[in-house]
Amino acid sequence: MKAQSMSRKTHSFNWSVRRRTVAGILFASILLLGIIISGLLIQTDNIAINLEGKNRAPSLEHLFGTDWLGRDMLMRTLKGLIFSIGVGILAACSSTIIALLLSLVAAWNKLADRIVTWLIDLFLSMPHIVTLILISFAAGGGFKGVVIGLSLTHWPSLARLLRSEVLQLKTAEYTKISRQLGKRERWIARNHYLPHLIPQLIVGFILLFPHVILHEAAITFLGFGLSTETPAIGIILSESMRYLSTGAWWLAFFPGLALLVVVGLFDLFGRSVRKFVDPFHGQRG
Amino acid sequence: MRLKSIVLYTVKKAVKLLTLLVAVSILSFTLLSLSPIDPVQSYIGADMTRVSPEQRENIAEYWGLNESKVNQYLNWGKTILQGDLGTSLIYRSDVASEIGERFLASLLLMMVAWILSGGIGFLLGVVSGMNEGSWLDRIIKGYCFILASTPAFWMGLLFLMVLAVWFGWFPVGLGSPAGVLAADVSLADRVRHLFLPALTLSIVGVANVALHTREKLIDVLQSEYVRFAKARGERGLTLLKRHGLRNISLPAISLHFASFGELFGGAVLAEQVFSYPGLGQAIVNAGLGGDVPLLLGIVLFSTIFVFTGNLLADILYKVIDPRIRREGG
Repeated sequence: MKAQSMSRKTHSFNWSVRRRTVAGILFASILLLGIIISGLLIQTDNIAINLEGKNRAPSLEHLFGTDWLGRDMLMRTLKGLIFSIGVGILAACSSTIIALLLSLVAAWNKLADRIVTWLIDLFLSMPHIVTLILISFAAGGGFKGVVIGLSLTHWPSLARLLRSEVLQLKTAEYTKISRQLGKRERWIARNHYLPHLIPQLIVGFILLFPHVILHEAAITFLGFGLSTETPAIGIILSESMRYLSTGAWWLAFFPGLALLVVVGLFDLFGRSVRKFVDPFHGQRG
Repeated sequence: MRLKSIVLYTVKKAVKLLTLLVAVSILSFTLLSLSPIDPVQSYIGADMTRVSPEQRENIAEYWGLNESKVNQYLNWGKTILQGDLGTSLIYRSDVASEIGERFLASLLLMMVAWILSGGIGFLLGVVSGMNEGSWLDRIIKGYCFILASTPAFWMGLLFLMVLAVWFGWFPVGLGSPAGVLAADVSLADRVRHLFLPALTLSIVGVANVALHTREKLIDVLQSEYVRFAKARGERGLTLLKRHGLRNISLPAISLHFASFGELFGGAVLAEQVFSYPGLGQAIVNAGLGGDVPLLLGIVLFSTIFVFTGNLLADILYKVIDPRIRREGG
């Protein structure tokens, strides 16, 4: 059955799928770059308060409309997205590093492996949002807490994946030979494990973004790290709730849609890259 | 023999839950004691000017805040073992009864959403898997991928905007009509208030189950025995009923049980959007208001909740799937 499903996949991985994958990578990266560059180019006076033009519905001048202080929602949304992506980079980096280190530690011996597995299970045993609330509270409820929380909680699933990968490598013929030739564990880790894990790491890194960004929006929406000065999508959305009954639908609709698009683009990007570096497994959606 | 293995299994799981709870409680207690938020300060709140430094000292003394952290933890653990979770600072009531009351409201919401999303997700997955590669499959797959990128609470906001504000079909929030005594709330009212949060929560859970079911069904349809069944002339629904459903329903159900953590997280957000008075709303208020006893209580409770989900998934496999039962001995 295994061989059969493999052949199905190799068969369907023909030129057109390859071309589609490349197109997906290009499409997602160009759009994301566009969002990042335009977000970075925004001057702060573009989101200046303009009381004469408050609560405007979307128009050509203000594509996303304006809020109750006359600030342009497109600009605020872009700022929020830049912030989300920034937090995403930080959290994805730290989580990937933690996951890599733990998986290498797990390869050390049985006891280390048990401890690592236990740690992973411990972090997966609480709802993610509860852990975020706890850490954010521990850091004093400020904005720092939200960023620390997001950075420290996204490693378990990646660590689990990498750990099983490392355990497989550990029993592979060529690492056994290396060991018998007298190479040290550290040498084996650097020369055998690491090169094999790099594709997984890159894909894991990119695919962490959607999670981080959605969690960031969720936790700021709940009011953690809240300061109205901070341009986060979650804060924009939670503010918009107060104006929903007055019919200001654009305050919630566009920022959320923009978030959805960015998350979707990162997801597409990550899945396309995975198809590229790992065609057999990558085919599974 | 049978009985012995059941007893062994129960003991093993109980020990696991116990160590898990101890670990979670130590972890969360350490985290909370790192917090720069002063518990005395957050307890006093607005009465700050009326409380003298001596009184503050007394409160700290009374709560045992001057003892070492380890002693504080042990004291807290001791009272918990006696069934006392402490008093909530913001609701000024017993934490255990507060959690119990709110959990019932949350449980209702989560169960409705859980069943809905499981059913719809499974159905979509089956339809999509049966027609692999067709336009219907592509639409369902695309829909699931979009759904996976959608912030749950934004979905809730949209429902609120369209169905509650524009059309006025549903109330804007709360668990029951405002200004009506709890005893006078009719069942219809409760359902109307439950509908939107449950809808929001269930829509988010669909994607996972649907994609998983689709993959499994495609795998099953590639198998030798399905090819043989096809050669015998079985087609369509009969084929699905005889060879597909049993093989794919178990993984789907246990996957769905194992998603209690996400369900809880989704409920926190949905309750916040619709101001539904459940456990999720309580933990947000506890976190924002510095209510340590309530926060710790809910953390432990949510851990038990997630554990229960995983346990049910595990048991289900053991009871239903003969292959695993035999391996487990």
